[in-house]
Amino acid sequence: MEKRPKRRRKSTTYGMSTIPLHLMLLPAVILLFIYRYLPMGGLVIAFQNFDITMGIRAFWESEWVGFDNFMRIFGDDAFTRALRNTLTIAIGKMITMYFFPIIIALMLNEIRISALKRGIQTLVYLPFFLSWVILAGIIRDILGMDGIVNTLFFSQNPRFFLGDPSLFQPMLIITNIWREFGYATIVYLAAITSVDPEQYEAAMVDGATRLRQTWHVTLPGMRPIIVLTGVLSLGGILNAGFDQVFNLYSVPVRATGDIIDTLVFRTAMVGGQFHVGTAIGLFNSAVGFLLIITANGLAKKFAGYQVF
Amino acid sequence: MKLKHYGRFYSVFYVFNIIFLSVLALLCILPLINILAVSFSTSHYVVAGRVSFWPVGFTRASYYIALSDPRFWGSFSISMQRTIIGGVVNLLMTIFVAYPMSKDTKYFPARNRYMMYVFITMMFSGGLVPTFLVVHYTGLIDTIWALILPGAVNAWFIVLMLNFFRQLPKEIEEAAIIDGAGHMTILFKIVLPVSKASIATIALFAMVGHWNSWFDGMIYARTLARRPLATYLQSLLTADVAREMARHMPAEAQHYMSLLNTRTLRAAIVFLNALPIIMVYPFLQKYFAKGLVLGSVKG
Repeated sequence: MEKRPKRRRKSTTYGMSTIPLHLMLLPAVILLFIYRYLPMGGLVIAFQNFDITMGIRAFWESEWVGFDNFMRIFGDDAFTRALRNTLTIAIGKMITMYFFPIIIALMLNEIRISALKRGIQTLVYLPFFLSWVILAGIIRDILGMDGIVNTLFFSQNPRFFLGDPSLFQPMLIITNIWREFGYATIVYLAAITSVDPEQYEAAMVDGATRLRQTWHVTLPGMRPIIVLTGVLSLGGILNAGFDQVFNLYSVPVRATGDIIDTLVFRTAMVGGQFHVGTAIGLFNSAVGFLLIITANGLAKKFAGYQVF
Repeated sequence: MKLKHYGRFYSVFYVFNIIFLSVLALLCILPLINILAVSFSTSHYVVAGRVSFWPVGFTRASYYIALSDPRFWGSFSISMQRTIIGGVVNLLMTIFVAYPMSKDTKYFPARNRYMMYVFITMMFSGGLVPTFLVVHYTGLIDTIWALILPGAVNAWFIVLMLNFFRQLPKEIEEAAIIDGAGHMTILFKIVLPVSKASIATIALFAMVGHWNSWFDGMIYARTLARRPLATYLQSLLTADVAREMARHMPAEAQHYMSLLNTRTLRAAIVFLNALPIIMVYPFLQKYFAKGLVLGSVKG
C-alpha cells in the first residue's frame, strides 16, 4: 500500500462528513456480500462429499474429502474432452474475433458515402443485441435440414450443420463472428477517427498510396487499442461461450461441442452431483482468474489500461 | 482529399469494398428476415423450401396460436416485471455506488477499499452451484427477486457511470457545498439532472439485459408459470412446438393447425422475443457506441 499524504486538499469538500457516502454504498455492499461473496465461500463444497439433504448444515457437516473430487474429474474422459473443446472453441473465436473486426473497421473507414456507412453499421451491430436464445432460434432454423441455407445452397445433398460433430465447432465460430464482429469494430472505428488528419496529409505529400497510408499511419494510430484488445482477450481462453453452446448443441455433437460450462451444468443441475460440478467450476474459475489477472497486468504494463 | 493521391488501384478497391461490406451487412440481417418470412408463411410452403425472404401463402396463424397460449402471456408478464423492477434496481445501485466512488481519495479514503470490493467480483465468482445454493437458501426460488437481486450490482455499469461522474465540472458542486448542501442534495439536485444521457444509457442496457436473460429463469423459476419469456422460448428450441400448442389451443382455432407447423410457430415466438429489442435498437445503437468507447478506451 502506498502512503497517503497527511495534508488535506484545500477547497472542494471542506469538512463534510463521509457517512452519507458509506450509507449510499451499504445496499450494494450487502447485496454483493450475499450473492457474490457468500458463493465464493460456498466453494468449500468442492472439497466435500456434499449432502444436500442435510439442508444448510451440509456446508459444514458434510464429509471432507480433500482433493478427491478434483482427482475424480481429472481422471474423467468427459472432463478432458470438455477442456479440449473449450480451448479449441475459445481460441478459434479469439483469433477470428481479433483480426476480422480490425480488417472490417479499416474497410468501413474507406467508405466516403456517410449514409451508406451508417446503414452498414446499423445492420452489422444488430445481432449483438439479441440474446443467444433468440439467435439460436434463428440459427437452428436456417441451418436445419430443410432450412434456407440447405434449400438455397445444398438442395442436392443437405448438410446437418448442427448435428454433425465435424461441423459443429466451425458453426460456433462462424455464428459467433456473425453476432459479435460488428460490435467489436466500434472501438477500432473510434481509434481510427482519433488519428491526426495532418499525418495523412504529410503522407500524401510524400506520395504514399492509400494502402501505404493505412499501413504507416492508420495502423500505428490504432496500435494501443489493438494491443489492448489482444492482451485482454487472453483472459477468455477458458470461456467458450456457455449461452451459445448450450442453445445450439445436442447429444450427437457432444464429442466436439461439450465445453466445461455445459459439463458443469449437466453434472450439477441435471445430475445433482453438486460437489463434482462445483469442483469443475472452481478449476475453471481459478484458471480463469489467473488468466484475467495476467491479462489485466499485461494490459496495464503495455497499454496503461486500468478498469477503474 | 483527392482520390488521385490514393494509388492506381484504389478505385477498383473502392468499388469492391462497398460491394463486400454491403453483402456482409445483408448477411447480418437476412437470417432475421428469413425467420420473419417463415413466421408469416403457410406451413406447407415452408416445408417445400419455397420461403426465403418474403412470406409465401401469407397467414397470421402462427402468431394467433402463439399469442393465444396462456403460458406466453404469463411469461411475458414476468419478463415485463423483471425488466422494469430490475432496470430500476440496477440503475439505483449503479448511481449509489458510482457517486461515492467518483469522490477524491483524499476526501473519501475508504473509496479504494470499496473499489477493491467491487473489482474482485469482476475477476472471480463462486460459479454456478454455490450461487444457486445461496439463492436457494435465501428463499428467492420461484420469486421475481431471484432474477433481480443476484445481478443487482453490475460492475460494468458502475465503471461507465463512474467515468461519467468524474468528468463533470467540480465548480457547481463546490458552490452547492458552500451553500450548505449535503451529499444527497448534491447527487439528486446537481449531479443527476446533468447526467440524464448516462442514466438513460445505463437504464436501457440494464433493461435489455433483463429482457434477454434466460439462464437464471431456467434454474431459479421452478414453476413453469414463473419463467420469463426468454426462458419460455429457450424451452421451445428443441420442443415439438406445434403438437404441444395444440393441447392449449382454443377450440375455435383448431382450423389454423393446417396452416402452421413447429417451424412457423417457433419463428413467430423468436420474432416476438426479438421485437422489443428491435424497437429500442435505434436508441441502443446511439448510446452504445458512446458507452462502449468510454468504458474501454479510456486511460
